[in-house]
Amino acid sequence: MDLKQIKDLIAYLESTAFAEVEVEQGDVRVRVVRQAKAPAAPAPAAQTASAAGEGSQGVGSQGVGPYDVRIPEAPEAGRVIASPIVGTFYRAPAPDKPSYVETGAPVKKGQVVCIVEAMKLMNEIESEFEGRVTAILVNDGDPVEFGQPLMRIEP
Amino acid sequence: MFTKILVANRGEIAIRVIRACKELGIRTVAICSEIDRDALHVLFADERVVVGPADNALSYRNILNIVSAAAVTGAEAIHPGYGFLAENARFAEICESCGIKFIGPHHTTIAKMGDKATAKAIMAAAGVPVIPGSQGILPDDDEQVVKTGDQVGFPLMVKASAGGGGRGMRVVHGPEQLLDAVNAARKESAAAFGSDAVYMERYFPDARHVEVQVIADHHGNVVHLGERDCSVQRRNQKLIEESPSPALSKTIRARMTEASLTAARSVGYRNAGTVEFLLAPNKAFYFIEMNTRIQVEHPVTEMVTGLDLIREQIRVAAGERLSFTQRDVHFRGHAIECRINAEDPKTFMPSPGIIAWYHPPGGPGVRVDSAAYTNYAVPPQYDSMVAKVIVHADTRDEAIARMTRALEEIVLDGIKTSVPLHLEILEDPVFRRGKYTTRYLEDFLARKRGREAAGDRPPRKAAKRPPARSAAKGG
Repeated sequence: MDLKQIKDLIAYLESTAFAEVEVEQGDVRVRVVRQAKAPAAPAPAAQTASAAGEGSQGVGSQGVGPYDVRIPEAPEAGRVIASPIVGTFYRAPAPDKPSYVETGAPVKKGQVVCIVEAMKLMNEIESEFEGRVTAILVNDGDPVEFGQPLMRIEP
Repeated sequence: MFTKILVANRGEIAIRVIRACKELGIRTVAICSEIDRDALHVLFADERVVVGPADNALSYRNILNIVSAAAVTGAEAIHPGYGFLAENARFAEICESCGIKFIGPHHTTIAKMGDKATAKAIMAAAGVPVIPGSQGILPDDDEQVVKTGDQVGFPLMVKASAGGGGRGMRVVHGPEQLLDAVNAARKESAAAFGSDAVYMERYFPDARHVEVQVIADHHGNVVHLGERDCSVQRRNQKLIEESPSPALSKTIRARMTEASLTAARSVGYRNAGTVEFLLAPNKAFYFIEMNTRIQVEHPVTEMVTGLDLIREQIRVAAGERLSFTQRDVHFRGHAIECRINAEDPKTFMPSPGIIAWYHPPGGPGVRVDSAAYTNYAVPPQYDSMVAKVIVHADTRDEAIARMTRALEEIVLDGIKTSVPLHLEILEDPVFRRGKYTTRYLEDFLARKRGREAAGDRPPRKAAKRPPARSAAKGG
């Protein structure tokens, strides 16, 4: 496990509603925990934006400053599948086909549970968890944002 | 006209675009990263779409998610603001292929002007003066290099073709230093960029940066809106801009604005753009580059012309004719803009944090473009500019007095800002005389350090400010 993977893990955690994530790989175990309350002190200068100017408004940093930790209140317990892209949510592969999953259905890790269409591309969204669908949080055909919870899966 | 526009930006420029849309009766879609859900541009827009995480490469520069956001919200056009995707030809091209109007020039124009060598060649061919230099890369032939050096003239600068950030650059004051400098620049460039290709350009140590605003519609009308002097800058970061430039005579202004119109016409330019010039001490001017976007300092031009540039950008993109001709454009008074950054005024280190109390200045002739509010957390991920203060008055002296007054009123508690630095510059005799070049700020800071080392008290007392509000401390 290298620094990049850990950073990815932090970024992933931020994109979800979870409080923590733990990964085990061989004999290495990494646990990333979301802080409940951000400290009020300014971020260390090292990870702050250098005066970048209008030519490049952002700085391409992945700085996890004290302010970017927003904790989306998970409406209920359970694991949430969040949309990785902006697009339109579809429950079935085609209008005349049955839905991938219904509430209550068991799902396996890696199983396709829905589609988010962007730019005419049908992006199949796989469940990252094994369990049972306890809620489908978006209506068929609705637009979804990045990071928007789509489904709740309970073990 | 459009009925809905997606604003592909954040901060004050996103708000500026939303304001123009509201006045035109156009609905707006804001995009934001996950940490910007409470940002002011999001709150001002009719709809919002989160397009990615804090990292702007995955959010504000995420072409796929932004175009998808326009598609799912039914926006017919995208305004890119400045920075991020504003000068990304591929983004403009994708918008076009998806049937979404990109509010800016055609993507082929963006691509041409984005390549410095191509832009320079086009301008030279059109008769716009360009900085004298070698025709492309210097040959590996000492005799030829010496000959080229004599043609270009001294002082000159040897620059790495692949370069940037000052590496592979050498200033040469006379022919006897030339070959050593070329060899050194080659070595440095090879080490830094993997290429020893270098070229030369005439070097102007005491030049000013003066730019001309142009705007063109799809019906062949091209109009200039006068110049802006942006010579007060630090490491190519502009701090103060003003119009008119204190350095231009009527004759030079006429020639420079005419050259700008030629530049715009030579590339079939559409929408708003800026032609940047280097103005030498002998008042000769040379094309530097063309910015194919709206610029941070556009309000300076709006103040002296009374026009709304963003509104005009939107109208032109919708296929309408410019609402004015060159004859209709009248310049009145003097405008100055100060960019207020969240940074230490002494060390220039960024100072993100929570603005515990925000109070913008007001009164006659003062305009503030900002996305700040009390208890807003300036995120460390993005640009450090927190506000633009723009003033307008009849004369330059009155504008300076008005800006000083405005900056004494502004309150941005909780973070360090460049306000104290601006106040010192506004008091500086060199600035007041208008006799500054792009090296001005460096000199100013050196003089200031000298004064401080000599134990002199700073010339300015701390600005008076309203009494602290205890409730502002909390969350």
